[in-house]
Amino acid sequence: MTTDPMTSAPMTSAPVTSAPQPAAAGGSMIAIEAVSKWYGEFRVLSGCSTAVSRGEVVVVCGPSGSGKSTLLKCVNALETFQEGQITVDGTRVRDRATNLPRLRARVGMVFQHFELFPHLSVIDNLTLAPRKVLGRSKEAATKRGLDLLARVGLSAHAQKHPGQLSGGQQQRVAIARALAMDPVVMLFDEPTSALDPEMVGEVLDVMVELARDGMTMMVVTHEMGFARKVADRVVFMDRGEIVEDVAKDTFFDRPRSERAQQFLSKILAH
Amino acid sequence: MFANFDFSVIGASLPYLFGQGMVFTLTLTALAATGGIVFGTLLAMMRLSSIPGLTHAAKLYVELMRSLPLVLVIFWFYFLVPYIGAWATGSATPIQVGAFSSALITFTLFEAAYFAEIMRAGIQSIPRGQTAAARALGMSYAQTMRLVVLPQALRNMLPLLLTQTIVLFQDTSLVYVLSLTDFLGAASKVAQRDGRLVEMYLFAALVYFAVCFTASLLVRRLQARTAIVR
Amino acid sequence: MNYTWNWGIFQEPSPEGAGTYADMLLSGLSWTIATALASWVIAFSLGSVIGVMRTLPSRAANAVGAAYVELFRNVPLLVQMFLWYFVLPELLPAGLGTAVKQLPDAPFYTAVLCLGFFTASRVAEQVRAGIQSLPRGQRMAGTAMGFTTVQTYRYVLLPNAYRIILPPLTSEFLNNLKNTSVALTIGLLELTARARSMQEFSFQVFEAFTAATILYLLLNLVVIAGATLLERTVAVPGAR
Repeated sequence: MTTDPMTSAPMTSAPVTSAPQPAAAGGSMIAIEAVSKWYGEFRVLSGCSTAVSRGEVVVVCGPSGSGKSTLLKCVNALETFQEGQITVDGTRVRDRATNLPRLRARVGMVFQHFELFPHLSVIDNLTLAPRKVLGRSKEAATKRGLDLLARVGLSAHAQKHPGQLSGGQQQRVAIARALAMDPVVMLFDEPTSALDPEMVGEVLDVMVELARDGMTMMVVTHEMGFARKVADRVVFMDRGEIVEDVAKDTFFDRPRSERAQQFLSKILAH
Repeated sequence: MFANFDFSVIGASLPYLFGQGMVFTLTLTALAATGGIVFGTLLAMMRLSSIPGLTHAAKLYVELMRSLPLVLVIFWFYFLVPYIGAWATGSATPIQVGAFSSALITFTLFEAAYFAEIMRAGIQSIPRGQTAAARALGMSYAQTMRLVVLPQALRNMLPLLLTQTIVLFQDTSLVYVLSLTDFLGAASKVAQRDGRLVEMYLFAALVYFAVCFTASLLVRRLQARTAIVR
Repeated sequence: MNYTWNWGIFQEPSPEGAGTYADMLLSGLSWTIATALASWVIAFSLGSVIGVMRTLPSRAANAVGAAYVELFRNVPLLVQMFLWYFVLPELLPAGLGTAVKQLPDAPFYTAVLCLGFFTASRVAEQVRAGIQSLPRGQRMAGTAMGFTTVQTYRYVLLPNAYRIILPPLTSEFLNNLKNTSVALTIGLLELTARARSMQEFSFQVFEAFTAATILYLLLNLVVIAGATLLERTVAVPGAR
């Protein structure tokens, strides 16, 4: 069973090379270059290009169906794409020579629906991948896991199972689980949109703290308050295209495109 | 690999295999399925009734049948039916029941337990509002069941009932233990007579596969169609 | 009715020489249990592999899995039993075929293989349904953590899928147990076969079948009790 679900789709014109590649443009952690993706005839991403520098926080927003989640999942190859290239910390994503599990182990991801493993206790959720993927000892993984639980304020819940926690608590555990792999970058896929309103704050607080600690983050979200507080740049997408890719203040104060203006007026109206 | 085998034996025995064997199998399947669905529906209604005696009797019957191997049940009825017949007719000696009747009674009563579970799920899948609406229109319990609930339940459960009938079709091969001449019995008799076990059993397997596979494809198509309607 | 009951029959010596009729039935019971357990090992492992194949993104794996299930589901168990017992040895190279036929306890090994492969097709369908009932995000989360496909199944998908399908797996186990009786046609001396020979020797047909019935019911109860215990042991706290 060597087929990886994400690599079995046909790839076009990927040069087969295992030579180390220079980090892309100006020390970018993530470089996305002219990425296009089709589902059959339907084009979900068209020529998307952007970059996330080391320590930078980039918020990706846009109406539903704009392709923002798809683009995010292309970064750690949970989704395939047919054209263009994405480079993460010097490693090309769309390259047969790339060991995708190893790449993914260095990219933390937080999902909309948490996706904690329901049969494992909280601490086991945090230690499973460090042990099985990174080969850490149980003791080391547990110690690191408990530290991270303390950091997200859930030390008391280490032995509980995900089903016994609230949505907000589960998402904080999911963030800690991703951090347990010591990732070089964190991806967030609408981390608060499945939460009851009163739980959004506790998750955003953890994310703000993470950003202030210097973590490189790419965050798909509708939480414009979060974007205002910690984002360095905002990427606005619509119909599979990147429409705006500008500094945070520029986006909120002087959005250039009509589509971004409309989007902002809708989302900020309430 | 098949150099030593003589497949012409199949051609020579086709009239016997199908004219007698398959006709027996299909007749038994059709009659037992009809009887099983009727009795099974009755059992399901008993189990869902609010009369404790009926509920428990139906549950006991269904659970008992589902706990026993079909082969044992076939033997049970083969010996029991003559005595039941004698008791029912007041006869002093066990009455002679043909092997076919014995098999038909067995399969009807055995499969009824499985059909009952399907029908129970079917009846339970009908919203309570349907019963309430029928009763509000002045229908009796029997009318509500016959005119409103059962037609819908049958339609919803049709794919499952048909799938269970395919299982029944396969199960009828077990009448082999009574030495009856169903399709497999016929194939087996030719096989023994001519010493052609490999050829006959492979052919029997092929025929069963063709029938069951085609039938299950049709059921799946039906299921897809009814799924869209609902 | 003129049937003469004789419940003392179980204490009488069976015509086989050693032991009573009761011993004869109990020996049948132990063959039933042994056949059911041994074939379940095959059914569970092979069925899991086939079921997993049907959830892999590979089209070839899917086709192989689907073909297996269709093949073993659409031929009556009794016919499969005959294929394994009468046909397979003839298709093997001559020497091997003869060796297989002369194997001591050949009906037992044949029944184990036949039931194992047959029940595997049913286990496979349950495993597939279990995996497919899990949220799509679970597979993604495993992949995103850097797990290989094998690890994702081993640590994430299967532990959850097995918990979900425990009840239907229990009924497949019970079906497999009941199906062992079909092997009496190839000469396995399991419980139903023994009840049948007791009837032939002693003519106490209803005592023999009643005893077999009670033993099957007891087996069912034991399995259900065991499954309930297992379900309780592996239950996940806080699961809905």
